[in-house]
Amino acid sequence: MAAAKFDTPNMREYPSIPALQPDATAHLKSFPAAPDHNTFLGFPGELVENWQDKAIEKMGDLLGKYRGFRVFMDACVKCGSCTDKCHYFQGTSDPKNMPVARQDLLRSVYRRHFTLAGKYLPWLVGARDLTREVLDEWYNYFHQCSQCRRCSVFCPYGIDTAEVSMAAREIMDSIGYGQKYCNEILGKVQKVGNNLGLPGPALEATLEEFAEEISDETGCDVKIPLDVEGADVLLITPSADFFAEPHIDGLMGYAKVFHAAGISWTVSTYASEAANFSMFIGSYSNMKKVAERIRKAAIDLKVKRIVVGECGHAWRVAYSFWNTLTGVGSGADDPYAQQLQKQLDHSYPIPQHICELTWDLIQQNKLTFDKSGNDHRTVTFHDSCNVARATRMGTEPGGQFDIPRNVIKAVCNNYVDMDPDTIREVTYCCGGGGGLLTDDLMELRVKGALPRMEALKRVIDEDKVNAMAAICAICKAQFAKVMPYYGIPMDTIVSLHQLVKDAIILPGQGEEKAEPAAEATE
Amino acid sequence: MSFLTVLYALLFYTATALFIVGLAYKIRQYATTPAPLKIPTTPAPTTTSGVVLRMAREVVLFESLFKSNKWIWIFGWMFHVSLALVILRHFRYFQESVWPLIVFIQPFGMYAGFFMVLGLLGLWVRRIFVERIRYITSPSDHLMLALLVGIGFSGLMMKFVEHTDIVAVKAFFLGLMRFDLQPLPTDAPLLIHLGLVALLLIIFPFSKLLHAPGVFFSPTRNQVDNPRERRHLAPWAAELDK
Ligand code: HEM
Ligand code: SF4
Ligand code: SF4
Repeated sequence: MAAAKFDTPNMREYPSIPALQPDATAHLKSFPAAPDHNTFLGFPGELVENWQDKAIEKMGDLLGKYRGFRVFMDACVKCGSCTDKCHYFQGTSDPKNMPVARQDLLRSVYRRHFTLAGKYLPWLVGARDLTREVLDEWYNYFHQCSQCRRCSVFCPYGIDTAEVSMAAREIMDSIGYGQKYCNEILGKVQKVGNNLGLPGPALEATLEEFAEEISDETGCDVKIPLDVEGADVLLITPSADFFAEPHIDGLMGYAKVFHAAGISWTVSTYASEAANFSMFIGSYSNMKKVAERIRKAAIDLKVKRIVVGECGHAWRVAYSFWNTLTGVGSGADDPYAQQLQKQLDHSYPIPQHICELTWDLIQQNKLTFDKSGNDHRTVTFHDSCNVARATRMGTEPGGQFDIPRNVIKAVCNNYVDMDPDTIREVTYCCGGGGGLLTDDLMELRVKGALPRMEALKRVIDEDKVNAMAAICAICKAQFAKVMPYYGIPMDTIVSLHQLVKDAIILPGQGEEKAEPAAEATE
Repeated sequence: MSFLTVLYALLFYTATALFIVGLAYKIRQYATTPAPLKIPTTPAPTTTSGVVLRMAREVVLFESLFKSNKWIWIFGWMFHVSLALVILRHFRYFQESVWPLIVFIQPFGMYAGFFMVLGLLGLWVRRIFVERIRYITSPSDHLMLALLVGIGFSGLMMKFVEHTDIVAVKAFFLGLMRFDLQPLPTDAPLLIHLGLVALLLIIFPFSKLLHAPGVFFSPTRNQVDNPRERRHLAPWAAELDK
């Protein structure tokens, strides 16, 4: 990739707000989708003839379908509260990366076409016609938002720029101006079953290899079952867990937990993907289609529980949307959802996060750990934005912060938190979420990681942290790639269940401790 | 009946009608537009009473703003609380026998006028001098502040510099409410004050002042965090299940 050279931002001594540099990232444009990527998802292949009219029509359609979008377009008072909250603004200084300014790219057109003031006095309220320049500005800057919702925490009306950028992407898709990264992947997941495009036989071989590795290491017969009908638990995990580092170590951690607790579980080939990029492009219909694969797998495999692996936006889709989209959840009174819900065991949360499951088992004393397995590490935890601000774990609000930390503390002796202004509810995005984890946006990804890198660097220097755990496939991939730009070793990023894996003692493990590993597996 | 009295009477009837109809239209629009997905900004309350409390903290204390920026919060909150007191204080012009609560707050309401203008000026100074806020400001944002400062300033003029005949003013408004026109005093501060208030009523449903009803309909703030426990389904989305 012949991307232009750029400078990694300098770490700031104190968090300070940058002076504006207009158009600093105006040149950053992720690759548009090829026609067949678009058409497969039901969008026009290329920019349609009368795209202006179609875009306005679509905007009107969305305004009628989504109350959030409607209220957010009207309610902003330009108070400025959100202006300094976005990691992309902090890292790039481009004013259009200030959340309200990003919204205004769309709001200006909304005002022109849907408000009285904008129709008759456009100059007064900053209303604009939808020109080609405006459309390209939409494309560039709505693909510089990772939909992390940090801005919505600080807005007095909860205006969520993530919702606005989803609407903008939906409008652009509807006129044939989709983004390659998201739309291509959405094709793969619907054709093959996962974002990677990994076919069934390859998946089977991979899982066997991992299972063997765990068995060799522990001397226990650990399996990673695939397509087992009648298993209790269906594990839905991001496909990165099958091939990327440090994701794989997380998957092995889940396998060990299931094994130690004696839970019968399975992965599905048909639904071998937790990620659902339809959320990033705001497409309800595609999001439902992709989620329905999980519904179908659950019905076909006759499972009683559905557990979701470490992935941020996937947990949002699962926790917040699955029940709505496909009835994976509880409390439905309609036949479509009840068909599935009757089969599920509602004494467990449906769906359940893998951290909830592990923490539950820890509390019931069903798992044994040797914490010294992690003594070479001093660990901190990166709250992933979608988990933090769009979901929950456990029964109490904020469980999404405490449960992962509880698990880490149960398996590690050395844990420290990063600066409180950068974690939990106000955590910073890794810089690669929301459909931006693509090489053509490398400059943006590196710059957007700045606030997290600064906070991490501080605990590295002050507390000798050498591992940052995360529970999101995108965060892990993004950090592994951008940390070297900031002089931080890439293996600093670890999967949370990698820490579990390195401390857990399986039943029967170590009983023949003195024996060489090869013999122990016999 | 003087020309001005008739003019202001018509002005207030029109303004009130536009305000009520316009606002009712927008509120109806918000209320009837579905929110198809559960999108509360978490951590969020898991019960309806929790959501009522969250909303109350937003509306009364500006909780999110407080988390964000103490300067905007202090000026903004000062302005709004003062505005609320000032509006309550004005109730006496519309009540034959004034409620005890309204009588009680009269002295507070008087000083609130100062704080209201002070808060507005603080916000305006930030809007002009803070680069980021200047960047997101349109002419209408300045004009809105000018309008409110104008209302506050002309009101304070009447209170502390050039008294108007408030008995006659009260008679005028009580008359309006009974469709029985009474003469309106004609001193400049009063006419300016009332003219600007009428203008504020008119633009309310067409401007960013919609944040006032809007906040109650914001799904990131008003939704209960219970998507796993209850199936949440919008009518248009339910169609897709078939
Ligand atoms: C439910 C009632 C209301 C709530 C919760 C509310 C809340 C807020 C908040 C949090 C802000 C941002 C902070 C600030 O700039 O002050 C704001 C701004 C503003 N509000 Fe309200 N408000 C309400 C009613 C009103 C009413 C009735 C008016 C005027 C008649 C008004 C006029 C304004 C104006 C002009 C601004 C922008 C100030 C600026 O330019 O910086 N608000 N409001
Ligand atoms: S959602 Fe996140 S990335 Fe998007 S504007 Fe808000 S803070 Fe920035
Ligand atoms: S915090 Fe909310 S109301 Fe204030 S400028 Fe940002 S989006 Fe607008």
